[in-house]
Amino acid sequence: MTYVNKPVRKTDAMALVTGKGVYVDDLAPRDCLIVKVLRSPYANAWVEEIHTEKALAVAGVVCVFTYKDVPQNRFTLAGQTYPEFSPYDRLILDPHLRFVGDAVAIVAGETEAAADQALKRIRVKYRVEEPLLDMRRAKDNPVLVHPEEDWEIRVSVGGDNRRNLCSTGCEEWGDVDKVLKECRYTVDRTYHTKANSQAMMETFRTCCYLDHAGRLNVLSSTQIPFHVRRIVGRALGIPASKVRVIKPRIGGGFGAKQTAVSDVYPAFVTWKTGRPSKIVYSRYESQICGSPRHEMEIRVRAGMDEHGIVKALDVYTLSNAGAYGEHGATTVGLTGHKAIPLYRHTEAYRFSYDVVYTNLQGAGAFRGYGATQGIYAVETAVNELAAQIGMDPVKIRELNMPLEGSPLHGYLDSEMADSCALDQCMARAKEMMDWDAKYPRRDMGSGKIRGVGVAMAMQGSSIAGVDVGGADLKLNEEGTYTLTLGCTDMGTGCDTILAQMAADCLDTKMENITVFGVDTDTSPYDSGSYASSTTYATGNAVMRACEALREKILEFGAGMLEADPEEADFDGEYVTCGEKKVSLSEIAFAATCGNNKELRVTRNYSSPISPPPYMVGMAEVEVDTQTGSVKVLDYVGVVDCGTPINPNLARVQTEGGIVQGIGMALFEDVRYSARGAVMENSLMQYKIPSRLDIGKVRVEFRSSYEKTGPFGAKSIGELVIDTPSPAITNAVYNAVGVQFRELPITPEKVAMAILEKEAGEKG
Amino acid sequence: MKVDFWLNGVRRSEEAQPDTLLLDFLRSRGCYSVKRGCETANCGLCTVLLDGKPVLSCSVLAVRADGKKVVTLEGLQKEAEEFGAFLADEGAEQCGFCNPGFVMNVLAMMKELEDPTEEEIQEYLAGNLCRCSGFAGQTRGILNYLRYKKSQGKGASKA
Repeated sequence: MTYVNKPVRKTDAMALVTGKGVYVDDLAPRDCLIVKVLRSPYANAWVEEIHTEKALAVAGVVCVFTYKDVPQNRFTLAGQTYPEFSPYDRLILDPHLRFVGDAVAIVAGETEAAADQALKRIRVKYRVEEPLLDMRRAKDNPVLVHPEEDWEIRVSVGGDNRRNLCSTGCEEWGDVDKVLKECRYTVDRTYHTKANSQAMMETFRTCCYLDHAGRLNVLSSTQIPFHVRRIVGRALGIPASKVRVIKPRIGGGFGAKQTAVSDVYPAFVTWKTGRPSKIVYSRYESQICGSPRHEMEIRVRAGMDEHGIVKALDVYTLSNAGAYGEHGATTVGLTGHKAIPLYRHTEAYRFSYDVVYTNLQGAGAFRGYGATQGIYAVETAVNELAAQIGMDPVKIRELNMPLEGSPLHGYLDSEMADSCALDQCMARAKEMMDWDAKYPRRDMGSGKIRGVGVAMAMQGSSIAGVDVGGADLKLNEEGTYTLTLGCTDMGTGCDTILAQMAADCLDTKMENITVFGVDTDTSPYDSGSYASSTTYATGNAVMRACEALREKILEFGAGMLEADPEEADFDGEYVTCGEKKVSLSEIAFAATCGNNKELRVTRNYSSPISPPPYMVGMAEVEVDTQTGSVKVLDYVGVVDCGTPINPNLARVQTEGGIVQGIGMALFEDVRYSARGAVMENSLMQYKIPSRLDIGKVRVEFRSSYEKTGPFGAKSIGELVIDTPSPAITNAVYNAVGVQFRELPITPEKVAMAILEKEAGEKG
Repeated sequence: MKVDFWLNGVRRSEEAQPDTLLLDFLRSRGCYSVKRGCETANCGLCTVLLDGKPVLSCSVLAVRADGKKVVTLEGLQKEAEEFGAFLADEGAEQCGFCNPGFVMNVLAMMKELEDPTEEEIQEYLAGNLCRCSGFAGQTRGILNYLRYKKSQGKGASKA
């Protein structure tokens, strides 16, 4: 292999590092109308009267739309394969406002100043109702977030708007209560995670314009172009065939852009006015009306025998969908499906859940997609068991983790761990951390105590039986290839790694492959880049396309040589048969003259299984017992993602995911005011880690070989955010003996808990 | 209001509203490298040089550029390519959205600090956020670039 498993530079790298204008707002037509949205100041209110005359009178204001102007088809903004698991619970504008930040009116102006001025001049009379702000009280509460008659869900996931339920369910295997009763050691604890914001550097944004055929062109910073095509069509009440979606380079997504957060507003404006328009969300809007991680409260009952074998897991997840149900029913599943199978000896498990509506910002997809929350809870519960039994938490995991060929209890998308090097990951992480020397704590004097902690994780590689990867490959007349994709590179480098695969499959140089995407008019259908699907599913599609095109080239060349294709050979440069040969460019030119055989193929790939990648994370923290500050000195991540197609990009994915995870564990709080407004509504208050907030982050790979994956690869994108929260929680416990069950672990909480512990010990 | 200034070495005389931010002023004049990541001077994405000093263009009024030299990444393409290659060789450019402000500040650091330690580098660049890379790859790229510049000898011109 010339390119696969090599640290190839990203094909767009030099354009990005030199600051070329390749993003939505750089490419938007200069004469775009500026679209702005009036946001609700109330968490639960109805628009009783709305007056737009004064807004329309502002010079440069082109239109102001209210709920009276929009189509009445409810839809979801979730980027999911049709029929979506998310309820159709939205309108572009709705007289019922369901959270602080919900859309009240749309304004478009020729300048930003005009649009801003118009927002201030819209007069609204609200009927304010009592909001439902506590997810614990949401189920069957008399305050209904979605009382509307036309609320609809097309897949049966237990949702019921009359009960504030977005989804509910239970899965059981064995008699979990009986096994728990037999266990010598048990815990029953509840863990709480917050509605973290993805905080990608490029906020949500979309530009729209009509083309020569009167079709709506949507230039969007999105992970889901094909879903946006369908969603915009439904929202506007126009055929999806009238919508074309183009994805340029995008400034990060992390799942945020798996929801069509900003698309419908300029789409509606351009469709109504015929004029190009754009919306660029402020950071404030991205924080208060984006698509954050689902806040969850997860109760774990876990049982272990006297030898440290985990026998039973009972996981109940309460997930806060917020005001709209995007990704609610699906994220919750991963809290069980990606956490319970980490323990191979379980004899019984139960996984039950409720996803509830509240009058808070609607949640969405965030890297990890529920697995992050579930793994945090289960791994922390197991660490609490380890403390109870007095065993090293690493030892507990060595005894219980999935091994190659062992069953994955509770994992619905593969019965066995067919490719799994988690044991090697643990062994290497232990070595790198010098765990035995550092566990559990070292007192450094002056009130500073260092502790180490551990966690393991798994994720999936695409949604089994659902996700579709697509690749279209054609030979150009000079003997180069164009690889057209529908997956969405969001900085991750998938355009590059798929070209690496193609170059190796075609025995050609990478510079001979032009990658094009994404344009829903010309790209092959692809679900989009989410659910850790691209390397695995689209990678497989690329390999199949290459294989099929090679055959066509071989046949064509053999035809030119008047030879039997069975006896000919194609080495990437020439088709040869005995002494005779014809070059690829000769074949390509011949194919442009008097030819009826197309040298172009399209291939799909959808997998019936979802092979999990695995990871071990170990944290060393220093706790200042005086101030409560927790500093991550060293974080070790050892990953089994199968074959890393591009070791540099896999490493940076891992480092980036770990640092986001550290943010979730220690800094990124989300709190609400009494009226339900997000308090952390800027990057000044919502503290994502800076380069001073993290210590060393060290990453290595221990690769299994996934035989169904392209070149043995599995996924990596999401897995890497899953270990920091439980590993850091464990490290803090090992350092100072205080067990935290809510994130983030802020200095205030640590200092108070240490004081309480000391008071308890004295008293 | 009239603003007389130099943009990437070219003398310009332009109109700006009193409340126009330098960031929007520059973007409206085609400097698309200048990005906005927040409105609160926290992210560093909009960094440009004003009379040679890095400033956050989201927090500077356009009229403050009057009589001054403004340099954006469009005016430092050669230097950006030279350092950027080291970033690219780590895969640490990722989505690229924070790159221009970050590269501007690295180039400013090269002028300001003689042979900086890793700690000094982190301090200098603390205001440049990145959500993709986790920073480690950026640091590797910078250290490799510093080594390269050193190996080029002291006579070599700094970026």
